[in-house]
Amino acid sequence: MMKVPRLHVPRPPARPGEAPDFSYLQISPAGSLSRPDVTAPLTDTEFLCTGMVRVLDDAHAAQGPWNPHLEPQELQVGLRHMLLTRLFDQRMQNIQRQGRISFYIRSLGEEAVSVAQTMALRPDDMLFPAYRNQGAHIARGHNIVELMCQCLSNTKDPCKGRQMPIMYHWASGNIFSISGNLATQYPQAVGWAMASALKGEDRLALAWIGEGSSAEADFHHGMTFAAVYRAPVILNIVNNQCFAGGEQRSFAARGPGYGIPGIRVDGNDFLALHAVTAWAAERARRGAGPTLIEPVTYRAAAHSTSDDPARYRPKDDWQSWPLGDPVERLKQHLITIGEWSMERHEQLIRELDAHVADCWKQAQQAGTMTEGPRLDPRTMFDDVLAITPPHLLRQRQQLDQEIEPFT
Amino acid sequence: MPQMNMIQAINSALDVMLERDANVVLMGEDVGYFGGVFRCTDGLQRKYGEQRVLDTPIAEGGIVGAAIGMGVHGLKPVVEIQFADYAYPAFDQIVSELARLRYRTAGEFHAAVTVRMPCGGGIRGGQTHSQSPEGIFTHVCGIKVVMPSNPYDAKGLLISAIEDEDPVIFFEPKRIYSGPFDGEPEKAAVPWSAHPRGDVPAGHYTVPLSRAEIIRPGKDVTVVAYGTMVHVAQAAVAHSGIDAEIIDLRTLSPLDAETLCESVNRTGRCVIVHEATRFGGFGAELSATVQEACFWNLLAPIERVTGWDTPYPHAFEWEYFPGPSRITAALRRVMEESR
Repeated sequence: MMKVPRLHVPRPPARPGEAPDFSYLQISPAGSLSRPDVTAPLTDTEFLCTGMVRVLDDAHAAQGPWNPHLEPQELQVGLRHMLLTRLFDQRMQNIQRQGRISFYIRSLGEEAVSVAQTMALRPDDMLFPAYRNQGAHIARGHNIVELMCQCLSNTKDPCKGRQMPIMYHWASGNIFSISGNLATQYPQAVGWAMASALKGEDRLALAWIGEGSSAEADFHHGMTFAAVYRAPVILNIVNNQCFAGGEQRSFAARGPGYGIPGIRVDGNDFLALHAVTAWAAERARRGAGPTLIEPVTYRAAAHSTSDDPARYRPKDDWQSWPLGDPVERLKQHLITIGEWSMERHEQLIRELDAHVADCWKQAQQAGTMTEGPRLDPRTMFDDVLAITPPHLLRQRQQLDQEIEPFT
Repeated sequence: MPQMNMIQAINSALDVMLERDANVVLMGEDVGYFGGVFRCTDGLQRKYGEQRVLDTPIAEGGIVGAAIGMGVHGLKPVVEIQFADYAYPAFDQIVSELARLRYRTAGEFHAAVTVRMPCGGGIRGGQTHSQSPEGIFTHVCGIKVVMPSNPYDAKGLLISAIEDEDPVIFFEPKRIYSGPFDGEPEKAAVPWSAHPRGDVPAGHYTVPLSRAEIIRPGKDVTVVAYGTMVHVAQAAVAHSGIDAEIIDLRTLSPLDAETLCESVNRTGRCVIVHEATRFGGFGAELSATVQEACFWNLLAPIERVTGWDTPYPHAFEWEYFPGPSRITAALRRVMEESR
């Protein structure tokens, strides 16, 4: 009898109650991949999309041609940014659990992606973030009081209460606004980079999306336009295993199909991330065009505060993740090279914890959802258009009459 | 004064703006070397170079997405979507991004993108080259929606749209690109040179957004139209002998409700004409606006004359199209059935 083909419905390698299984993950030894010239022809870069660029080995030493040879001080700054990101996340998660903000998304386990990649660029390069890139704001020095105020939708919220928590933006820090419609920032980043080239600047754009939203048409649009115009852009697919877990495939390998080099990189290796991003940045600034980077990482936290991962994946699976914890790995590397200690680490955590607590106090002074000053609801009619048109002025008047008895 | 058809007027507006503002960039499918499928960008790449007039991949979502990024970086992209029917792949970028960027960032980011798209039927284009989707865009807050009815307005409105700080969806009724059309396809084509609004200044001028124009004063009924239907309505009014006031809206959103309602309060009757489908269409908004502001002065129910609620049928174009006889019948009804 002929076998009838059945629809393949993928499932993750392990569900709750099962042992985590990351055997599908192919990992190259640290230092094993060579580093091509940034202007190398595409065929000379294709091994980078199936291998995995790694610098930190199991003994926490930096290995191979991708070692970015960063000053210890820069590594310490990176560690500090990652730790602050993690502690900020933890605090905001707790605040959400207390019902004081409506929603939150942590970047636990993925901190190196935002921090190392941002630090590999210039401050005037434009970042187009996704949901778990708060580390980029922190690495660029955005005051976390303002991030907290955004989450609180309070009187100092840069979004004026118009966006859900975590939908940050920072124009003066060159960080674009986050959209809830995933992957829309991909072609926008490419357009920004095209404009940079049209203007004769050497600034570049970098965008992040997750491997899940790489299914959106915007991914294809971004890649197509980036390739056609050789835009100075770095496009990242942060593979945190949520969508693709268990399916052995390379997202970086999509790059060469568009004529764009793809690099698969250990997304929990600060040094490797910094090195591939610097490579892509140099390539973009020399007019050689875009690069697709796939940081391979693991979303250790829930998707958001609105879901419980214990319902769909094994508990404590992060402990089995073969690429470890990015914070721990950079810490151990610094200790190994004699530039850090457990004491200094504990002290830094205490210092950052106090800083976060202090910032939270400041943020609350601008109001919370339940107490303190509140944004004037009449401002909801501002910024729909540059100049508020008559019908909106009428609606604002109508709202005035509705709220007057209560104010 | 130079004589221009609508294509030449649009080309002239783009030419003027490319010349005046180094940040203006044109982009779209075949707009460069080829000059656009309707020739609206003819010669502009030769004149301003490949960096200012960009041929793009066939990906409307990508074109608008990239234009937004360019707008964020300070350029003023003017996008051509080859047919309005092709705008849907770009819908998310237009609605969730272009229209909302200023709002969601409290004014820190915005993208002043103009999206041009030929619309409307009467050219044997079938359902994918004939639609009038303006009502889908007028429902979106954060963008302006414009549809000119003649070369003079087309140039002045397009210059205003490009100079505007807000994103503008600029509909070009393709049936009247070469000449005004009174809704009678069997009659010989009339060129714009025979029409007073075919006189178009060569240089820079603007027609303000959000201002309707009374193109024929009258006292018995107000006929509201835009785009191609302005000319069809004119023909119907002339044929009916009714003393109708005809308003060309020109900008649909934000709407010049003042001009519209002031007129209906005088005439007491209102006939709304558009080529787009009826249910949930822009005419429904116009009707509600008039009813709210003019109810006590209305002498007859407000009439809507529209395309049928079907896809645009290739073989039955003229049975679908809201031609002069459908408009005339509505005009007679509002006159005869008045209280």
